[in-house]
Amino acid sequence: MTTAAPAATTRAAAPNRPADVIFKAVSTTAGVLILLALAGVAIFLVAQAVPALIGPLPEDDSFWAWVWPLTFGTLWSSFLAMLMAVPIAIAIALFITHYAPRRVASVLGYAIDLLAAIPSVIYGLWGIAVLAPFMQPAYTWLAQNLGWIPLFTPPASGTGRTILTAAIVLAVMVLPIITALCREIFLQTPRLNEEASLALGATRWEMIRMAVLPHGRSGIIASSILGLGRALGETMAVAMVLASAGAVTFVVVGSQNPSTIAANIALRFPEAHGITVNMLIGSGLVLFAITLLVNAISRWIIAKTTVDGGR
Amino acid sequence: MTTTTSAPAPARRQAENPLTAGQLPTWSPWAILGGALLVGAAIAALVAGASGSRFSIVATAVIGFILYLVAITVVSQLIEGGRKATDRLVTGVVTGAFLLALIPLVSLVVTVIANGMHRFDVEFFTYTMRNIVGEGGGVLHAIVGTLLVTLWAAIISVPVGIFTAIYLVEYGKGRLSQAITFFVDVMTGIPSIVAGLFAYALFALFAGEGVRSGFGGAVALSLLMIPTVVRSTEEMLKLVPNDLREASLALGVPKWLTIAKVVLPTALAGIVTGVTLAIARVIGETAPLLIIAGFTTNMNYNVFDGRMMTLPVFAYNQYVSPGVQEQAYFDRAWTAALVLILIVMLLNIVARLIAHFFAPKAGR
Repeated sequence: MTTAAPAATTRAAAPNRPADVIFKAVSTTAGVLILLALAGVAIFLVAQAVPALIGPLPEDDSFWAWVWPLTFGTLWSSFLAMLMAVPIAIAIALFITHYAPRRVASVLGYAIDLLAAIPSVIYGLWGIAVLAPFMQPAYTWLAQNLGWIPLFTPPASGTGRTILTAAIVLAVMVLPIITALCREIFLQTPRLNEEASLALGATRWEMIRMAVLPHGRSGIIASSILGLGRALGETMAVAMVLASAGAVTFVVVGSQNPSTIAANIALRFPEAHGITVNMLIGSGLVLFAITLLVNAISRWIIAKTTVDGGR
Repeated sequence: MTTTTSAPAPARRQAENPLTAGQLPTWSPWAILGGALLVGAAIAALVAGASGSRFSIVATAVIGFILYLVAITVVSQLIEGGRKATDRLVTGVVTGAFLLALIPLVSLVVTVIANGMHRFDVEFFTYTMRNIVGEGGGVLHAIVGTLLVTLWAAIISVPVGIFTAIYLVEYGKGRLSQAITFFVDVMTGIPSIVAGLFAYALFALFAGEGVRSGFGGAVALSLLMIPTVVRSTEEMLKLVPNDLREASLALGVPKWLTIAKVVLPTALAGIVTGVTLAIARVIGETAPLLIIAGFTTNMNYNVFDGRMMTLPVFAYNQYVSPGVQEQAYFDRAWTAALVLILIVMLLNIVARLIAHFFAPKAGR
């Protein structure tokens, strides 16, 4: 791009070799291409979504009324999933780094990395074939005995394909991701801090609480939000597991479940045509905006905590 | 921390060995755990007998675990004091969380292998689904589709990714490189289905509504693959010592030749590992391919025209829309899932091996 090197100096400057110029131009083009691709994503999606945003829709009053239940389902299922996944992921990472024997720990770390690579469609198959039937009796029990809690209002789903099942599948999916990142972070705790803490007579838990967790705080938040981003955008597992009815409800054991944006797109797009395509692309744009927001928040938190920590 | 203990009665403060006084012997957590599980089993058996249901291992484990946590905390509190008790409680909770998380992951792998073995035969790998209703048939068309789509995704994203990383590490300064770094971060967060929608919107411009092609799938996948390739390559290039670059430049080697002959070969193993892991990540993507590559029962070698089946979409499609003989469709779905897991595992292992054997040795 900018190849106008000041070659006309009096001293013998390095010759402006053509190969050098070409190589730099190619590298720069690659970088610019990425920017163009992202701009393309934004422009094409907006262009395709505009007819749905402004135009009359066949069934619903407005686009926003149509997309709200989906947005709610997306946020609610991801929230439930993170509620389960984050504490367990931190515990597993601590177990691998500070509790398990050294030899076992390296094997476990490797296994976690492999699990993070399992495709989501397989989690979906597992959720529908194994988890949903397994959880169904528990849902019936919850609805019968704890039905007064708004979360468990009866009647319970007969298939077990509720939003709680979907959230459990999501939690299982993001667990390896958060664990792998937290493990890296916990391993980076300065060895001397840990040893000093132990030498002062701290128990193992006190050492973790005073040396490991404060050191990894921003890392834990960052990895959790990365996991959240994955949970928000996760499509196939939710599309397969959840039996959705498009309702806006907090009940987690019933058969009237809100759907999620991504799952709704995957289920309806293959048969969609006309304005429906525009509506689905519009909802995809909403999802994109949400994940962007989440990522921006995570980056902001990391920047803030890192400075405040004075590290 | 735990010294050898032979104190027979830990409760006695005036022990023979004052160093081990006030400590539980090492076997005591295991003894308490065993006792708690036995009590849990007894309670579960009583409940099962009273209500007439089956004996539940889940109930045994849950009751036993809670009892263990209570017992170890109380015992430790009495003998070792509060701080030790908290430590033992947390150890129990952390280990319990780990075991809890193992259950779904192990169950997943076992289920896929058990169900996938039914159709893991020669026909499965040599037939397509053309004109097949009910039993039989195979995934040859889906395997070919997956390989072609992934190959094209790699052809697009590997050069772009590597050259972008080279730009960022070797050339980039100022606004442009900041913008690229930022937007690569943004790209990492794009949900896969949005990538599929983008590819659709792009190709619908040229080919009209309802467009489906394997190449569109490759474009969607490369959108997901590029940030991974850029990130890993960037990390690897940064690891190359500056001394190498400076030595080469000082000898009068042009910058591009320094990059091509000194920097890249040094980082090659790491870059290849990163690319392999990126491929492993996108090869299992379902959602974008469902949207833009579609599904078909026929073999299609042409990525630029027509619907193209891929393995993940095959597994999904067989499971959610089975025909008359349901079981045959389910079996095919599970076997496709098994094949997919095997491919992903293989790619991961290959990546590790490359990283292990070809990485430049320290101090060379």
